[in-house]
Amino acid sequence: MSSMRSRLRASTGTLARSLGLVLLAGVVLFVASELLDSYDELQLANGAYYFAVLAGLTVLTGLSGQISLGHGALMMVGAYTVALLVGNEQWALVPALLAAVVITALVGILVGAAATRLRGPYLAGATLAFAIGLPALADRFPATFGGENGLVINPPTPPSSLGASFPLERWEAWIACAGALIVLFLANNLLHSGIGRSFRAVRDDEIAASLCGLHVGRVQTLAFVVSAACAGLAGGLLTVVLQLAAPGAFEVGLSLALLTAIVLGGLGSLVGAIWGAAVLVLLPGWTNDIAHSFSLSTRVSANLPLAIYGLVLIVAMLAWPSGIQGGVRRIIGPLRRRPAGG
Amino acid sequence: MTKFIDLTLNGISTGAVYAAVALALVLIWRATRIVNFAQGGMFMVTTFIASSVISASGSYWLGFAVALVCGLVLGAIVERLLMRRVESGPPLNAVIVALGLLILLEALAGMIWGNTPRSFPPAFSIRGYDIGGTHVLFSPNDTFTVLVVIGVALVLRVLFQGTALGLQMRAAAFQPEIARMLGVRVSRMFTLGWALAAFVGSLAGLLIAPSVFLGPNQFDPILIFGFTAAVLGGLDHPLGAAVGGVLLGLTLSYVSGYEGASLVTLAALVVLIVVLMVRPGGLFSSTLERRV
Repeated sequence: MSSMRSRLRASTGTLARSLGLVLLAGVVLFVASELLDSYDELQLANGAYYFAVLAGLTVLTGLSGQISLGHGALMMVGAYTVALLVGNEQWALVPALLAAVVITALVGILVGAAATRLRGPYLAGATLAFAIGLPALADRFPATFGGENGLVINPPTPPSSLGASFPLERWEAWIACAGALIVLFLANNLLHSGIGRSFRAVRDDEIAASLCGLHVGRVQTLAFVVSAACAGLAGGLLTVVLQLAAPGAFEVGLSLALLTAIVLGGLGSLVGAIWGAAVLVLLPGWTNDIAHSFSLSTRVSANLPLAIYGLVLIVAMLAWPSGIQGGVRRIIGPLRRRPAGG
Repeated sequence: MTKFIDLTLNGISTGAVYAAVALALVLIWRATRIVNFAQGGMFMVTTFIASSVISASGSYWLGFAVALVCGLVLGAIVERLLMRRVESGPPLNAVIVALGLLILLEALAGMIWGNTPRSFPPAFSIRGYDIGGTHVLFSPNDTFTVLVVIGVALVLRVLFQGTALGLQMRAAAFQPEIARMLGVRVSRMFTLGWALAAFVGSLAGLLIAPSVFLGPNQFDPILIFGFTAAVLGGLDHPLGAAVGGVLLGLTLSYVSGYEGASLVTLAALVVLIVVLMVRPGGLFSSTLERRV
């Protein structure tokens, strides 16, 4: 009984901490969105949906130890769900986003069930094939999915209570950030819950976990479903922000960039996912600025951003084997107590 | 019927190239447990070098030889300078470093040689044979491709199964500690494994470049299909890589011939899922390797 009560107390503590975290993040994002210009607001919106999918990958790869090179394709499922429901069926935004989450989670059940039999590079290969295979569907059924050009939806309209001159970009940023905050809240709770512990147990030692009564396959599938739901929401938000769902946005490069971001940010912590989202949003702009600050031939300056990106990946992995968050933790770690399970 | 034969022959010759790429990936996976995505960039660079040498000297075979030697050297350099530092770390870090190297090599190639794909000469005529008055889509160059890949596979088999060096390489891969105790220079064996893999990879680049053209990103699909072939066959088995490559080549050729090229990637997904659901460690897996 007393253990039950202490467990209850621990879980309310986690709940309160998550709520506090989300409130804090919400205030920071709100103030930021008031200060930013429209381009940066769009960047904020991009960062928010990247965070949503990266938080899902954190659960999958960081927590349950499964690799996925196919999360770009899962985002595509969510993106097309929203585009079809909002564009063709005139659904409101929130139910459409919820539908994106549900449908992508259902796809996640399929992928996850298949994935439980696979390990390491075999899982990587299967999910990579998923990432290259799925965009082909848009080409195959152009009447439904709009082929190469994809589907266009109308931009979301800010409610009139915010005033007539409320900028569209800020409204998009708010929608995307709201989605990201919900993911942050749920993921942070999950990380510190019994389910999160079972994910970690399966990651660290499958045999020991199954001896403790965990059904390894079911736990791994659940991790895939959670992670797919996050990707579905992220994809739906992407459609809202860009007002476009096109196969070109979800090619294998996106899936690889997502995996790269999560490892670069720091595998296994939500702060790492924030770093990863920041890298995905900011790095292309920075490398472009660097490339165009020198007077180089077009051939060189066109390829320089990519070269810097590749170099950053290599150097970062050699310098910080546990990602940016690992590097930060090494610096500030001695200053504060290490949170459980982080 | 002629269409079926044409598609089969075409599938075998592209499948041979996938098999070569798969073989390169398998060699590195066996030696160091790393999936080397940088392979795509490495054989792109060596093929560009071949292209430069060929246009400077006018001799195809000089370019061919230079590319193979460059492949050997590049593989050894990459292992020594980069991969050695991440081999013992978390497996995903090695994957990210390999991806970073792929991106870097593609960007550098774009800077040096430009991003517009260029043509690359075949070793032999690409005009199909005329057999009994009918024209088949299988050329002397396809024969060369298939024979070279079979030859390389056989040489590698002899090397690994029949020589002391091959035994040392296998020992270093499977039991590095014990191998080191017995006097095997384990790290040298790893470097050699990477060099050999890059050699096979550069061969694949030379063989496929005439049909897909040569450009910084032109070999990305070849890399992905090569990886798919390796996973199909089982990453621990060179024979599996070869079978997986031909199987994938045939499937993709039939699908693209009968159903249209847009379904090719979807077909690769279906084949891979079907095979992996039956045999999660690839076609040639054994229970021992499944536990690794």
